[in-house]
Amino acid sequence: MGRKLLLEHADVPGIETFDVYRKHGGYRSVEKALKTMSPEEVVEEVKTATLKGRGGAGFPAGMKWSFIAKPEGVPRYLLCNADESEPGTFKDRYLMQYIPHLLIEGMIVSSYALGANQAYIYIRGEYMFVLRIVEKAIAEAYEKGFLGKNILGSGFDLDLSIAPGGGAYICGEETALIESLEGKRGNPRMKPPFPAVQGLWQCPTVVNNVETLATVVPIINMTAAEYTKIGTEQSKGTKLISAGGNVERGGVYEIELGLSVEEFIYGDEWCRGIKNGKKMKALVPGGSSVPILPAHLITTTANGDTRLMSYESLSDGGFASGSMLGSGGFIVFDEDQCIVRNTWNFARFYAHESCGQCSPCREGTGWMEKVLHRIETGRGNMRDIDLLADINKKIEGNTICPLGDAAAWPVAAAIRHFREEFEWHVTNPEEAVKRNYGMLKGVTA
Amino acid sequence: MVKVTIDGIEIEVEEGTTILNAARQVGGDIVPPAMCYYSKLEGSGGKCRTCLVEVAAGSERDPRPMPKLMVSCSTQVQHGMVVKNLTSDRVKEARAGVTEFLLANHPLDCPVCDQAGECHLQDLGFENGKEGTRFEEDKRTFAPRDIGDKIKLHMNRCILCYRCVYTANQLTNKRVHGVLNRGDHAEISTYIEKALDNEFIGNVIDVCPVGALTDKTFRFKSRVWFLKPMNAHRDCPTCQGIATVWMFGNEIQRVTGRKDAYGEIETHNGKTAWLCNTCRFESKDVAQWTIEGPRVINRHSVISQGHYVLKNPLEDKNTVKNLK
Repeated sequence: MGRKLLLEHADVPGIETFDVYRKHGGYRSVEKALKTMSPEEVVEEVKTATLKGRGGAGFPAGMKWSFIAKPEGVPRYLLCNADESEPGTFKDRYLMQYIPHLLIEGMIVSSYALGANQAYIYIRGEYMFVLRIVEKAIAEAYEKGFLGKNILGSGFDLDLSIAPGGGAYICGEETALIESLEGKRGNPRMKPPFPAVQGLWQCPTVVNNVETLATVVPIINMTAAEYTKIGTEQSKGTKLISAGGNVERGGVYEIELGLSVEEFIYGDEWCRGIKNGKKMKALVPGGSSVPILPAHLITTTANGDTRLMSYESLSDGGFASGSMLGSGGFIVFDEDQCIVRNTWNFARFYAHESCGQCSPCREGTGWMEKVLHRIETGRGNMRDIDLLADINKKIEGNTICPLGDAAAWPVAAAIRHFREEFEWHVTNPEEAVKRNYGMLKGVTA
Repeated sequence: MVKVTIDGIEIEVEEGTTILNAARQVGGDIVPPAMCYYSKLEGSGGKCRTCLVEVAAGSERDPRPMPKLMVSCSTQVQHGMVVKNLTSDRVKEARAGVTEFLLANHPLDCPVCDQAGECHLQDLGFENGKEGTRFEEDKRTFAPRDIGDKIKLHMNRCILCYRCVYTANQLTNKRVHGVLNRGDHAEISTYIEKALDNEFIGNVIDVCPVGALTDKTFRFKSRVWFLKPMNAHRDCPTCQGIATVWMFGNEIQRVTGRKDAYGEIETHNGKTAWLCNTCRFESKDVAQWTIEGPRVINRHSVISQGHYVLKNPLEDKNTVKNLK
């Protein structure tokens, strides 16, 4: 049984209310941090815990915090990125829906560490029902004196507000999130300047994922020294994984980093194997934007090591034979699934969600989507496969924000590992259309 | 002052200068093309990605190369920076890619486009494009929108450089157009059918690098290469009245701002010489202007003779010279 740090009390009835949450040890970290620690000590603690950002990129959170500029007389802001819209990822929703106070607690401690007196939760527009839950929790926290002026008599003030997005995936990019929060069109900004220097309203700002902020709570409670005992050498602590696809039992799981992928897929405690006793064909381990892994690279890495659920093991072998832990959107494909169709589906998502600001992403994602749709519906040519690979190369690294890369990687990986399936679609167009297993409804060639 | 090397040419520029502006101080072929950056518009740049360059050494203090290609229009130079533009194959490949992307959904209707002959996309395609296209899909199209009786919007030609949005933000007191929608369906438009009628809104025509925004008072009248550009000025209560008038015989067919080698409106008397609508659209009588003399167009136009010569004619057999 793995240790649970975040979801320990997620099953307790009424945990979304302040009183029950408090009874189960809630808000202890706020008391500890505000009464016994200086802000610098909190930052140092998170740094020592080597907490990596849980939103996808895996940038060390403590490092991000220490970059924040501290000019005199300029307010600082903490933003919580709850704009979770990556296909396959739904861990933040789970966390906010069931234990909203954990996020609020983490935000109070983090704001204290950063010296921010105003924090915002930017929540995905589609999560309206979650917004109501979090709103209620915030009101409770205000009532009990954990938010507002002079929290616990420490002299630290914090206002926490919640802002819904308009349903754009791109607003999960931190600078686009800031633009959107300012009331503008959610276009990512050019970097530098980074948000830590000029963020919200040109003031120093830190943007963190929901899970990252929630993880600050156990780190403060159990100290970084204890926290770093969990996990592998480079990946410490626990991670929420949202398992989906053709697994027997999908859902949000909290795992200790370093659990083997095989155990996670087949273990009784976790996904319990593939549905209907089928074979596994492919795996997307970290949300739609990470490279797909073929069956032979899922449980072992290219050089024969056991593949673990950790930042370094999943990316072992680079993009040639590895992938990324990303945001933890774990999508399993069984042998019946069509990789071409799935790749097209992802490409369609990115074409729809590209902000349209810079040309490689705007035109490239749309182009890839059209070519993939052609291949999928039996109108492709052999040269289209190389064309796709070439378009990928021209998008990757040449865009303003990582959405271009995120759109290019899954397509590049699908072609790298499943080229014969693309070729089969081209040479057997009629069969390819039929092989869509009843999913073809509504698609016209 | 910081020292920077661009394609082997060393130059000293002021601190805070961008790579693109440093290259412009050198001039010539090493200047990266810029489709969206417009030095007179605050905040422009970074979007089209045609000005990508390779930074082979970040600075004297930290000489590591930058892993990604950088946008030269918004990357500031550091002391000791080494930049590769034309000498980098990576840059050439990326630029060819961006050119292909920009042309993918472009209608390529140059024969009926008023911008033809002074179009930056034509230049970009000529200098960095490939002969054929690999784009076999249906081109994206937009419903036509009427934005007034003076300015014609051809959204299909637009490359979304955002210059017209910045122009309206910075020159007029109220912007009524902007970018709607996302991805490859993003379009320049007015949300509710509305005419662009601000006194300075005509400048969106001058900043547009392609034929997406053209002058309705000149539409289909002539081709730009049949006209004689003349420097002219007039007393105008609204703007500086410094313009280029484009003449056919003794008739003024259109009026534009005076553009420099990079297609940007020139600065006169310390201010950018933006034109007002009265000068641009309603002053087509020769008597209204004082003609100074012929205007030299030195880049971005077929009007400048000899511009459209292939870089190395010996290599390519399909030049006019070798065809005979």
